[in-house]
Amino acid sequence: MKKTTTLVLALVMAASLVLTGCGKTEQPAEGGSAGSETGGSQGGTIKIGVLTPKTGDLAQYGMAVENAAKLAVKEANDAGGINGMTVELVIYDNEGDATKSVNLFNRLIENDKIDALLGPVISGTSLAVAPLADEAGIPMITPTGTNEDITPDYPYVFRACYIDPYQGQIMGKFASENISAKTAVVMVNVGSDYSVGLGKNFKVSFEEKGGSVLAEENYTDSDTDFKAILTNIKAKNPDVVYIGDYYNAVGNILSQAKEIGLDAQFLGSDGWDGVQVDYIDVAEGGFFTNHYSTKDTDPVVQNFIKNYTDTYNETPNALAALGYDGALILMDAFRNAGSTDKEAVLEAIRTTDLNGVTGHITFDELGNPIKDISIIKIQDGDMVLETKLSE
Amino acid sequence: MTQFIQQMINGLHVGSIYALIALGYTMVYGIVKLINFAHGDILMVGAYVGFFALTAFNLPFGLALLAAMVLSALLGMAIDKVAYKPLRNAPRISALITALGVSMFLQNTFRLLFGANPRKMPAVFNVQPILLGDLRIPPLTIITILLSGACMVGLELIIRFTKTGKAMRGVSEDSKAAKLMGINVDRTISITFAIGSALGAVGGILYSISYYQVEPYMGMMPGLKAFVAAVLGGIGVIPGAMLGGFVIGGVESFTKGYLSTTWADAIVFSILILVLVFKPSGILGKNTKEKV
Repeated sequence: MKKTTTLVLALVMAASLVLTGCGKTEQPAEGGSAGSETGGSQGGTIKIGVLTPKTGDLAQYGMAVENAAKLAVKEANDAGGINGMTVELVIYDNEGDATKSVNLFNRLIENDKIDALLGPVISGTSLAVAPLADEAGIPMITPTGTNEDITPDYPYVFRACYIDPYQGQIMGKFASENISAKTAVVMVNVGSDYSVGLGKNFKVSFEEKGGSVLAEENYTDSDTDFKAILTNIKAKNPDVVYIGDYYNAVGNILSQAKEIGLDAQFLGSDGWDGVQVDYIDVAEGGFFTNHYSTKDTDPVVQNFIKNYTDTYNETPNALAALGYDGALILMDAFRNAGSTDKEAVLEAIRTTDLNGVTGHITFDELGNPIKDISIIKIQDGDMVLETKLSE
Repeated sequence: MTQFIQQMINGLHVGSIYALIALGYTMVYGIVKLINFAHGDILMVGAYVGFFALTAFNLPFGLALLAAMVLSALLGMAIDKVAYKPLRNAPRISALITALGVSMFLQNTFRLLFGANPRKMPAVFNVQPILLGDLRIPPLTIITILLSGACMVGLELIIRFTKTGKAMRGVSEDSKAAKLMGINVDRTISITFAIGSALGAVGGILYSISYYQVEPYMGMMPGLKAFVAAVLGGIGVIPGAMLGGFVIGGVESFTKGYLSTTWADAIVFSILILVLVFKPSGILGKNTKEKV
């Protein structure tokens, strides 16, 4: 008796899982209708699946990528489509969850029969989908998954953003060559892979260029008091201090540095984007690496910013820029391949040579983009593009 | 040498905050034999009240501090009434678990209300630091130390010279005998919670001004470290809590300065273990025999 009840319960639960799974993902293909209205559909459609977190904590990221991808597709369709074909986006909300992403990916290839995948957005979900996309032979570009392990083992998988170590490397080069720093201290949040990777690569690259790293000061996520280590750093009197971390920790560190009178040149990573909200006064004069700058005068960038702002009434952030570039790379590949044949498209992505919003993009053999990094300077309470650098 | 003194000043700064928070632990323990693990979160609540008073209501610092103290005191009394009082005669472990529950309740309520993103505490004492040769003493540090000192002296005076203070001492010595002497035990416990929480709120505001951020989980670490300070000084002993606070602050600062930041927490918490193994009554604790 007990056994049958359990069995029935289990079945009910399984059924409800399947049902809710379907119910939640029922969504019209949004880019498609817009595309077919604008013509260019005589040659059929190219279907690009998009997996992005539209709800939950990461909704902001997801919406930025989705909006940007829609914009890119609309522009392409308005201009007559790709080789006479209309591009259609099939967008699903993966809620930033790996399991959901896998289910939705299966749905994309089985039901929607997509030709390529844009997404998932964050590293965790991208890691889950990458092997499946590779196995299914679907070219995939994650716009913003920065984790190193997403692409190397899977020939079909690419990304539009650069990986974390690359930022550290470029900042090391900038410190040494552009601002002639001789000595540096690296601050590393040992509780964060992001920070550790950045610090390590900054150090290697800075020392390669002839600089010397006087010390590596470690801290953890739970630290709020940085005065002790900042006092140490002050005593060493370095030219630059590199902090690869997110803006809340950075703001706190910079505030305390000012308090104890440490006036070295501070350098950072894309996690600094956001420091302008609360800490602009203490961050003044700092440099950090970022994916793109809204102050970039490149017409590709300014066009994108204008069109995005006109459509969505907000300035696009770096995620939007990467989402846009991800869509551009895919569409460019379809154009160059001249068909939707997966092998041809894959080859076309490999040989990408494209001017995107986030820089001039080509790919290395691991599926990582080789492109410029924008160095942003915080000046007079504003984020100014200092220079664009690549390796 | 300058660096040594500078680290010592850093240590005094954070130590005086720990001492303030430790007082709340030790007072409550002294009187109801309860480790009030929700104390760290009361300091978080105090910091939030201070934050809104300073930003949304544009109150001057003194008033913001007062508002935070009053509201936290009321919250402390309410928590005692709702969560601890019904368990006064239950086994101690039940009250301890309840305290953990209250702590989680407060953290998650505030996360729900104000989000998990840290808010930036405005810089209140934004004046030039005092320079003594190479030494640099931020005014915030001086104010923190002075304010903490004033609170401790005030508390000592209350306990030593007022009737309420006498009642508190009486209840902590023997609550049954105190009751027989006509002391209102429940009211005394309530006042103890109020004073402890108000001091916690001062600690919370000073902590959030020193480290610029207010967030729902901010009370955990300083709360735990203050608890270590209270145990180190001798839990239940008020001067012990102050001493413990300064020692922990110093140890932390010197570890960070001369060893490594990653070791600081490990060393602070091994102090707790060492004290519990070798001198459970703490530095200033009396070695009282357990009454059977």
